[in-house]
Amino acid sequence: MDIPYTTDVRPDTGLTNPKLGMWLFLASEVMLFGSFFSSYALLRVGAASWPDQSAVLSVPLAALNTAVLLASSVTIALAWRAARQGDRAAYRGLMAATIALGIVFLGVKGSEYADKLSQGLAPSTDVFLGLYYTMTGLHALHIAAGLAVNAYLIGPGARMWQAQHARFANRVELAALYWHFVDVIWICIFAVFYLL
Amino acid sequence: MTPDPITKLMLDILRMPPAASAHAADVDQLMVLVHWLMAILFTGWSIFFVYVLVRFRRGAHPVADPRGVRGRWSTFVEGGVLVAEVILLAFFSIPAWSSRVDAFPSAQQSTVVRVVAEQFAWNVHYPGADGAFGRTDVTFLSATNPLGLDRSDPAARDDVTTINRLNLPMGRPVIVYLSTKDMVHSFTLPQMRVKQDAVPGTVQPVWFTPTRTGEWEIACSQLCGLGHYRMRGFYSVQTREDFASWLAAETAALAPR
Amino acid sequence: MFLKHFFSTDHKVIGLLYAFTALFFLLVGFFLIVILRWQLAYPGQPVPVVGPLLGDANAPGGIILPEFYNQLGAMHGTIMVFLGVVPLAVGAFGNYLVPLQIGAPDMAFPRLNLGSYWFYLAGGVVMLSSFFVPGGAANNGWTSYPPLSDLSPTSGQTWWLVGMLCIILSSLLGSINIITTIVQLRAPGMTWFRMPFLVWAQFVTAFLLLLAFPALQAAAILQGMDRVAGTSFFLPSGLVVSGRPLDVSGGGNALLWQHLFWFLAHPEVYVLILPAMGIVAEIIANNTRKPLWGYRLMVYSLFVLGVLSFLVWAHHMFLTGMGTAISAFFQATTMIISIPSVVILTSLILSLWGGSIRFTTPMLFALAFLPMFGMGGLTGLPLGLATTDIPLHDTTYVVGHFHYVVAPGTIFALFAGIYYWFPRITGRMMNDTLGRMHFVGSLVSMNAIFMPMFVQGLAGVNRRLWDGGMEYAHAQGVLSLNVHMSIGAFALAFFQIFFIVNLFASLKQGRVASANPWDATTLEWSEDTASPRVYRDPYDYSPPGAPRDFVPQYVARVVSSGPAEG
Repeated sequence: MDIPYTTDVRPDTGLTNPKLGMWLFLASEVMLFGSFFSSYALLRVGAASWPDQSAVLSVPLAALNTAVLLASSVTIALAWRAARQGDRAAYRGLMAATIALGIVFLGVKGSEYADKLSQGLAPSTDVFLGLYYTMTGLHALHIAAGLAVNAYLIGPGARMWQAQHARFANRVELAALYWHFVDVIWICIFAVFYLL
Repeated sequence: MTPDPITKLMLDILRMPPAASAHAADVDQLMVLVHWLMAILFTGWSIFFVYVLVRFRRGAHPVADPRGVRGRWSTFVEGGVLVAEVILLAFFSIPAWSSRVDAFPSAQQSTVVRVVAEQFAWNVHYPGADGAFGRTDVTFLSATNPLGLDRSDPAARDDVTTINRLNLPMGRPVIVYLSTKDMVHSFTLPQMRVKQDAVPGTVQPVWFTPTRTGEWEIACSQLCGLGHYRMRGFYSVQTREDFASWLAAETAALAPR
Repeated sequence: MFLKHFFSTDHKVIGLLYAFTALFFLLVGFFLIVILRWQLAYPGQPVPVVGPLLGDANAPGGIILPEFYNQLGAMHGTIMVFLGVVPLAVGAFGNYLVPLQIGAPDMAFPRLNLGSYWFYLAGGVVMLSSFFVPGGAANNGWTSYPPLSDLSPTSGQTWWLVGMLCIILSSLLGSINIITTIVQLRAPGMTWFRMPFLVWAQFVTAFLLLLAFPALQAAAILQGMDRVAGTSFFLPSGLVVSGRPLDVSGGGNALLWQHLFWFLAHPEVYVLILPAMGIVAEIIANNTRKPLWGYRLMVYSLFVLGVLSFLVWAHHMFLTGMGTAISAFFQATTMIISIPSVVILTSLILSLWGGSIRFTTPMLFALAFLPMFGMGGLTGLPLGLATTDIPLHDTTYVVGHFHYVVAPGTIFALFAGIYYWFPRITGRMMNDTLGRMHFVGSLVSMNAIFMPMFVQGLAGVNRRLWDGGMEYAHAQGVLSLNVHMSIGAFALAFFQIFFIVNLFASLKQGRVASANPWDATTLEWSEDTASPRVYRDPYDYSPPGAPRDFVPQYVARVVSSGPAEG
């Protein structure tokens, strides 16, 4: 049986099912990361001493990563526009760029981890580093999941381009929505872990 | 002070452990009031419920009336519950709680002790005549010194320590500084109406004034491991003279050191 | 052939998968507590019959060790709440009924729906398997308070965390699905205030699951890091365990877990109770043959409950060192949240007024829900007031309180729902005689179990004691109640046989039911499910001038034929 409003907007709610679903998912993600940030605040406020964060972590690398993610947010937004307009070559190029930027982000993150670990700075070193590894690790997992989705949408998922174009464009929109969210979370992490 | 008959009736129904501290009356008073509120609401609802079931059973009332209840008295019941709760909260619970956590007596007028919980025992630490607790540190921990008390510290010379034994004088405020070495425990003196979680990494002050002499038990109320069920200590409220002589005897036993 | 059902994306099949899996887990959780209750009644005596099967590590000679006792307690709570009641109330009833009641062809995301079931099943399998790892299952209470849980030597605690993460993912997917379905897939004419109350209850419940569970997700990840990666999120500096300083960096906060846990677990209470209220409301409207009294008010109350349930969590933590201001805030929110519950309960009782009450088996369970839930709610008052919480906190009074809410409360509502919708699912009725025996037996034995808990709790007997309080002098006067309660539990087990036999026998041999055996108005009883349309309010029972005493939602016009029939 066909489910209505998977592609078309329901007139009285102004939404498609997948879009509402994605917003709900992101609401729950806000609560998840909100719980982590609250935990961070509680632990930091209650701590007897807290390391000078920017001395432990590398602000330039994180700033680079912030720029990389912001750029990828732009490319995925443009990829969505291209998909809507039916410009397949542009879509491919922009989505590929998004994926590439995501990989760069993970690469930089990975080298940061390796660097810290080689200095003996592990999650068990202190609560700050524990939070750093846990929260950036969880965020990196979200990036990896987004990369998998984006790769699907450029690979096997793109087979819908011809037959169900509107539905495909909607999917790209949702992927972009998620990607923006992950970007916003990173900006919060950058502010809290590197700048505050 | 004898309670009024209505209070006494509910106290007899509730059968709590005998109260033996100054603030226990506040706690029990609220307990009685809340349970009266519960009893009245439950009885009222039940009578109405049974009446409706009998009166509107299919045999007696074959055709339903879709309009249902008229009148606004359900609003009055709901409003009444709210008012009763607000009264209990504002005039009883919050003031009583505030007197527990805000109105601490001065240390000079009180018996001050440290209680350090661990799996599965209560370590008690009296400051001795100088009124100062000696230094403690993990490096001094041993089977015979579970508090890790540094006996070389001048303040520690007269400190009395016991395990699972808390003696207190009657009629004088007691301040307990509660902490734990390992898990969350909950320090419970049922007859004092005292219960306080020992939270790792913190010191929780508790105060109360024993008003009756007696010999009772300290219980642990928070699951703290395999031996939780037997994490029992003893406490006794003594006359001031008895307490003073007990403390003097314990202090004297320290002398050879 | 049987296995293909495990890959169906039909919401009805998934609903039934949820139902049978959840019933199985309810039975497992109940079995655990029956063993535990033996130990409480007869501490240190070998468990009869099943004793030798428990394993020498758990119960040498059939005598339950404290280690195993704590496993039983922790896993009873976990299994009952997260693998039994919620999946039955939300996964089974929500999945099966919500699309039918709003006239949707299926859930909005059928494959996600199947995924949700699979995660649930995986979580359940992980939880059950943890009994067989060295050291056994998690044994730190269903609340898993650190440092005890952080430092628990059994890997069962880590399994517990993994199981919880699976369950959280499952309910995340499920709640997205239910909300989207209700918002997007209502049939033409099914406006918001024509939705059956059960749908409203599922809607609010789904929001609670969606927004509260992530807090426990975060907490479980943090505890997992503490256990696996050696972090000290919940371990403050300077801990000394068994006489040895703990070799961790420290600097953590043990209360952080409690905040995150209860931020989930109090909304979770409403996740347990709201669908139950929904089921009871449906059955009461149907069996009184009249509309619900105060339907809109009840819906608004649901929303107030939902919102406020996020603001009461710290009333579980009054005794962790709370100042006047914060405790006053949480006491006030706790008192306020009781009002919408009172409104819903009062509305349900007032709905009986003027009815023509049929005492069918589902109605008996639904009616018993009212005073039993009332008892559970009322005994929450002294626990919600910080001052009276002092003597009652962590005593058996608390255990009695929430069991009245969940066992003769929610579980009775779930039984009611099973008896009520069984003919919709199978086309056959469940046996009435067996159903009534199940009802009377369960009602009496549940009260025999839970009522004495208040007596013990007031006497000061703590919960989670391996010997049931034998150690303590203040418990001596009420110790014999342990035996009574346990006999109640064994009786309860006996009376569930009637239900199990009835359930399976009626599948094949039950009386054949008509399409709408209860003369109900809501859409799930419509024979025409192809393109439903809705014309009226959900409970159009006994309208004046109608030919029969109900007009279904899918009926357009009432053909007037003089005075209404009986």
